[in-house]
Amino acid sequence: MGQVNLFFREETMSTHDEIYEKVQATLVDALGVDEGDVTPEATLFNDLGAESIDLLDIVFRLERNFGIKIPRGELFPENVSDPELTQDGKLTTKGVDEMKARLPFVDLSGLPENPEVDKLLDLYTVDMLVKYVATKLNNA
Amino acid sequence: MRWIWIDKFLEFRSGEFARAIKNLSLAEEHLHDHYPGYPVMPASLIIEGLAQTGGILVGEASNFQEKVVLAKIPKAEFHGVACAGDQLVYEVTLTDLRAEGAVVQGKAFLQDELLADVEIVFAHLDNTRSNQIFGPKNFVFTQQLLNVLDLAKARGNASRPSTPITEVTNGQPVDGVVTPPA
Repeated sequence: MGQVNLFFREETMSTHDEIYEKVQATLVDALGVDEGDVTPEATLFNDLGAESIDLLDIVFRLERNFGIKIPRGELFPENVSDPELTQDGKLTTKGVDEMKARLPFVDLSGLPENPEVDKLLDLYTVDMLVKYVATKLNNA
Repeated sequence: MRWIWIDKFLEFRSGEFARAIKNLSLAEEHLHDHYPGYPVMPASLIIEGLAQTGGILVGEASNFQEKVVLAKIPKAEFHGVACAGDQLVYEVTLTDLRAEGAVVQGKAFLQDELLADVEIVFAHLDNTRSNQIFGPKNFVFTQQLLNVLDLAKARGNASRPSTPITEVTNGQPVDGVVTPPA
């Protein structure tokens, strides 16, 4: 029986639920929130109280917990100071397109026209992290 | 008062691990206030000692080219207190290091018993931004603090290069290698 259970667990390691549970545990440790608060729709900043410095901690923990490498700027936006991408702290049309290409797992549909760069992080939900990790694991 | 909360390194393995000691003395003013009649080392200063040990470990890993700041303490657990006359041993392991920062696991021991268990996240400040915020000088690594590492290196080189240094702490010999500067 023990062998069967072990095998079953191995085979289901990368399912959506397994990834979600690990992401949930990651955020509980990184942000000190209750497990029940980490719902798929919860936003990292507004709902779970993340601050910018927590992003580095989250990246470290995701790498450790999933055995993946997260290159700089792949999970959270970076290097957006190019004047073609941002003007006066706001994303240009090209900037929005660039973010869509760089961050395909982030739903940018809720962004207003010429959104502030800082607003990008407000869009991040738990489910987006799950999608990102799933893509990484499937491509590994 | 000098903001140096470690006395010396017993062991320093570049990019991996560091062990330092902190001797608690009644000559330190803060012990007379914390608390009057019962001189206990404040937990925050034990964390500071672990952060200094870990900060040097992180900074040395990039040859002190990065500006390192303590960003976050996700975990800090204490299991007892240390008083005047005690010697604390800080052990810090570098578990994650990347361009943006690092994570260390720090433990403080008192007479071989675990006193504190702390996780610390350090950030490498972007050079442009850090200069705006802190000026051109390195924020964490004051020369006084770096002298603690220099002393360990000097003693390692002066005794037996590339061979273990043997120090004595809490009555127990501790073997370690101090890595010479690259």
